[in-house]
Amino acid sequence: MKRVQFEHSAVPYLFIAPQILIICIFFLWPAVQALYQSFLLEDAFGMSSQFVWFRNFEDVLSSSSWTRSAIFTVVFSVLVSVLSIAISLFLAVRADEVIRGAKSYKTLLMWGYAIAPPVAGLLGIMMFNPLMGDLYKAFNSFGFEFNHIENANDAAFIVILIAVWKQVSVNFIFFLSGLQGIPKSVQEAATLDCKSPERRFWTITFPLLAPTTFFLLVINLTYAFFETFGIIDVSTKGAPGGSTATLVYKVYVDGFLGADMGGSAAQSVLLMIMVSVLTVFQFRFIERKVHY
Amino acid sequence: MYQSKWRIFTNHTILVLGSLFMILPVWIAFASSTHTREYIFQNGLQFLPGGEFFTNYGAILFDAEATKGRVTALEMLFNSMVLGLGFAIGKVIISMMAAYAIVYFRFKLAVPLFWIIFSTLLLPLEVRIVPSYEVVANLGLLNTYTGLILPLIASATGTFFFRQFYRSVPDELLEAARLDGAGPIRFFIDILVPLSVTMIAAIFIIMFVVGWNQYLWPLLMTTDDQLYTIVIGIKQVYNSLYEGGQIPQFPKAFALTIMASVPPVMVVVIFQRMFVKGLVETEK
Repeated sequence: MKRVQFEHSAVPYLFIAPQILIICIFFLWPAVQALYQSFLLEDAFGMSSQFVWFRNFEDVLSSSSWTRSAIFTVVFSVLVSVLSIAISLFLAVRADEVIRGAKSYKTLLMWGYAIAPPVAGLLGIMMFNPLMGDLYKAFNSFGFEFNHIENANDAAFIVILIAVWKQVSVNFIFFLSGLQGIPKSVQEAATLDCKSPERRFWTITFPLLAPTTFFLLVINLTYAFFETFGIIDVSTKGAPGGSTATLVYKVYVDGFLGADMGGSAAQSVLLMIMVSVLTVFQFRFIERKVHY
Repeated sequence: MYQSKWRIFTNHTILVLGSLFMILPVWIAFASSTHTREYIFQNGLQFLPGGEFFTNYGAILFDAEATKGRVTALEMLFNSMVLGLGFAIGKVIISMMAAYAIVYFRFKLAVPLFWIIFSTLLLPLEVRIVPSYEVVANLGLLNTYTGLILPLIASATGTFFFRQFYRSVPDELLEAARLDGAGPIRFFIDILVPLSVTMIAAIFIIMFVVGWNQYLWPLLMTTDDQLYTIVIGIKQVYNSLYEGGQIPQFPKAFALTIMASVPPVMVVVIFQRMFVKGLVETEK
């Protein structure tokens, strides 16, 4: 908060009103409705509904498809985050060292941020199209019996590959900015003390980047949870047999295509609790970082 | 700083490989979009462009038949533009105002209102998608630009960006402005807004890209082709690839993905500095 502020008047209410109004109508109302719906059991035609307390939650938590989807979501999110962070950190360190052409590399590696997830999904799945996909052909010519239409692991591999591809540029931008924020004097001192670039990286550079890495981990987990919806919907659609459906995708499939409103709402509420924990964590961390 | 020749060589090799990893899929999509469908069907994806650029892109831009709907890619591009600009402009204005109230005023409801705004960060639209759809339907806003844009603005990320920025503005400015007799609205318009221009531009660019790339929400609430954005058009064309027993229209599907990507990529590349500034300074 500011030391100096304006006195009490109607002005702040005027300024904050549009935001609060939109939030009330398009955020609070649906959120409350989701909560309410998660306690209701509707008949198949949506004609009548009955208050059933926690039965929807019990059903969801005990269903094998939700558990499987939850496990997939966690494995998927962790793999996507770790892989894309590792690749972009590696690239950013190299880009930071390069003097000639540094700007071109930066441009070449960051534009991917602007690609929409479904576009990435389409590009990816076309590369693995059994009829003409180059990657599909290449994999199978090496003797892998690659078949993402029937094999769940192969399908998961494709979704992870696309999600990582899409996320590398964002992480790259953050790491490169982080690296360029390290004072020249520190880097020069490090070069004098330690000849090996690898040791220099692990003992000096990486600890300095640790806050950025941690921040990116949270960002990437959120990305893998939510923004990969478009990738999955265009590439595998959760197939085979729901094995590549993340929790968000399952909410959509059950609620919109399966018309199971109560179950879908209960899933939303569970997801909301998971994300809240993640976000509070993130916010506290960011706040702390901003203040030092 | 001294670097060995070998280190310089590996650095460039790694960066070239990394750039290729990013660019190759898009390049293959572009090259394949410039061949006939028969050629792609028989020979697979292509690395070199063919001679059908104008035929394919012309068809997809102006002929609704090519996009498997009642709407051409040109109209979809227009819808995407409305969504991107509307979302970015709305978000910037509304969040600037709300952040101003939060940072510069001490008022009775400040704390509860702040928490209401903060709570939106906990719950992305994806999670409350089904009830959001019902609310928008109840309000009669399905298949309207308003219904498309407003629910997306309901998340307060922008407010927190501006809150962070205002807090870094020196207090002396406000003291000086008050000595000169400026009221709160005057101070906002004459001093704070001009001071925030680079910040506004940076957030505007990020939000434009975010809005342009929206998928799940437009997918649900636009049942009318007339409101399809180009990102939604991709799903439409992809789904109909194998319909009708004809040779699949891969080239036109690729042409559509290229057109969906050119505007946001151009914005990011042209306004690179601002974009990076916004992304790094606001999110950290």
